[in-house]
Amino acid sequence: MANEVCLRTLDHDQPWSLEAYRAVGGYEVLKRVLQEKTAPDDIIAEVKKSNLRGRGGAGFPTGVKWGFINRSAPGDRYLVCNSDEGEPGTFKDRDILRYNPHQLIEGMIIAAYTIGAARGYNYIRGEFQEPYERFEAALEEARKEGFLGEDILGSGFDFQLHAHLGAGAYICGEETALLESIEGKKGQPRFKPPFPALFGLYGRPTIINNTESLASIPVILEKGGDWFKDLGVENSGGTKVFSISGNINNPGVFEIPMGTPFKDLLQMAGGMKDGRPIKAVIPGGSSAPVIPGAQMMELTMDYDAIQQAGSMLGSGAVIVLDDTNCMVRVLERMSYFYYEESCGQCTPCREGTGWLYRIVHRIEQGKGRQEDLELLDDITGKIAGRTICALGDAAAGPVQGMLKHFRDEFQYHIDRKRCLVSAGG
Amino acid sequence: MGFKMQPMTVPEPAPGKDQLFTPEIRAEIDRWIAKYPAEWKQSALMAALVAVQDADTDNNPGWLSQKDLDDVAHYLDLPPIAVYEVATFYSMYELKPVGRHKICVCTNVSCMACGSDEIVSHLEGKLGIKLGQTTEDGHYTLKEVECLGACGGAPMFQIGKQYYENLTPDRVDEILDGLE
Ligand SMILES: Cc1cc2nc3c(=O)[nH]c(=O)nc-3n(C[C@H](O)[C@H](O)[C@H](O)COP(=O)(O)O)c2cc1C
Ligand code: FES
Repeated sequence: MANEVCLRTLDHDQPWSLEAYRAVGGYEVLKRVLQEKTAPDDIIAEVKKSNLRGRGGAGFPTGVKWGFINRSAPGDRYLVCNSDEGEPGTFKDRDILRYNPHQLIEGMIIAAYTIGAARGYNYIRGEFQEPYERFEAALEEARKEGFLGEDILGSGFDFQLHAHLGAGAYICGEETALLESIEGKKGQPRFKPPFPALFGLYGRPTIINNTESLASIPVILEKGGDWFKDLGVENSGGTKVFSISGNINNPGVFEIPMGTPFKDLLQMAGGMKDGRPIKAVIPGGSSAPVIPGAQMMELTMDYDAIQQAGSMLGSGAVIVLDDTNCMVRVLERMSYFYYEESCGQCTPCREGTGWLYRIVHRIEQGKGRQEDLELLDDITGKIAGRTICALGDAAAGPVQGMLKHFRDEFQYHIDRKRCLVSAGG
Repeated sequence: MGFKMQPMTVPEPAPGKDQLFTPEIRAEIDRWIAKYPAEWKQSALMAALVAVQDADTDNNPGWLSQKDLDDVAHYLDLPPIAVYEVATFYSMYELKPVGRHKICVCTNVSCMACGSDEIVSHLEGKLGIKLGQTTEDGHYTLKEVECLGACGGAPMFQIGKQYYENLTPDRVDEILDGLE
């Protein structure tokens, strides 16, 4: 029961080729939709039924989002795919682009047909040269087959699809920063509302979805919303492509049903390296608060279970840490990331991420003060919820999680001016 | 941004664009311009900067000089500030000389847990430079970068456009020996 949706070409020769995609039934749904001129509302209803929630991190129901588009309003509309994949720990969209780019393209054409967009962009992070080349090659094949361009398969529907390359900025994964970036500007998020469905790319109604969300669409429409939904659990329909990394034997990408026990995923990933004890897991990309290893071993991988444990499923990026990791050092590295990547627009985030980093850094260096822990609590409370985009919350969450579960390690650093882990504690 | 949505542009497009760069670079930029609505040449700015940075204009492969930035502005009919803003915002643009081989080492959490410290110290020892520096002969620049979305192959680095994963000190030696 693995690789049934986004990675379904994986055991074919050259899984990225049109031939491999055809062999799994690729582009058949598109042909059917265009031939039968399926009503967009029927497509939206099916996607809603599937319980597909946005795989970029926020988990917003995809069908509901598509329903926000007013198709009767005049003027251009856009479809945008988010392949910026910058959340530390996440590397699944890279594999979808490398191994099954055609399915993303088919999903995008169907999404564009549904919302009535004549133009679309896939924003691929600038470092992803190989995935970009695979995507471009697939675009070329799809154009030759008449799946893209004007009057697609004689249906009268036009859709032009292009890649846009990023140039190194985590914030451009945030949807409105991404739109600014396509417009050729600094990636600074826009105030919402208005949401992109009303005011998006070039000021026009726009739907933006993650790579995995869009790549799931052809299979959902082929096998039905109920089929997809039933793969998963309550509130978390379908399968999910998890990226699992850290101190494990066989890190990688695993597409498995939502609700799979974490310990099964860990086993698929080869278990703990050198048989060491599992200390902590960051279950949904670095912005997700940490969960102690023992607690994680009892959880299932779905939105509700992870949320009830005080964290979030996010992008499904699971970072597994063993007992050789110092949590102060881990948090110092994460805080540095948010400090580096804050776009500088909102004061609480621009200044606050620097405060967080400098304080955790001084604790790590053995120069921490007793009042620092309260200071960290205080600052995170003053960043979260007070910024235009969620980068502020993303910077605050890991600090709060670490202080909740591993406060003693921070205290040890402050009291003894050295590390609990290297001291053999 | 407000509710107005217009591209930045200069009031009077300047002539002489056919003197800028090389025909190949102009063709590459034009290829990108064609992807966007006609009035949104600004959308091709990011790709134009990459094309110019990668090429050996002004004898400066791998980075963007002031003249490069101004030429890009000229070519796209943008006010220079629109180009400076973008060139200084994104981490892949280099505004100072870099070595022939730019080694971008990821030190984010998954790579750190899998030994990126050791990779960094091995590189620093081997090249005799610290993160952020360039060797005197101009061959190598060492740069610390954030998660490159390849944590399954941690620790990893990128040289030029290529990813190298599952690094060990020996593997690093092999890779560097294989570069010209
Ligand atoms: C700081 C920040 C970074 C983000 N990075 C990404 C990213 O790399 N990829 C992604 O798909 N979504 C990312 N998101 C979420 C997007 O804003 C957006 O919710 C998502 O692309 C919507 O698609 P979905 O509904 O299909 O998930 C990020 C959000 C924030 C606040
Ligand atoms: S942490 Fe190094 S590639 Fe993701």
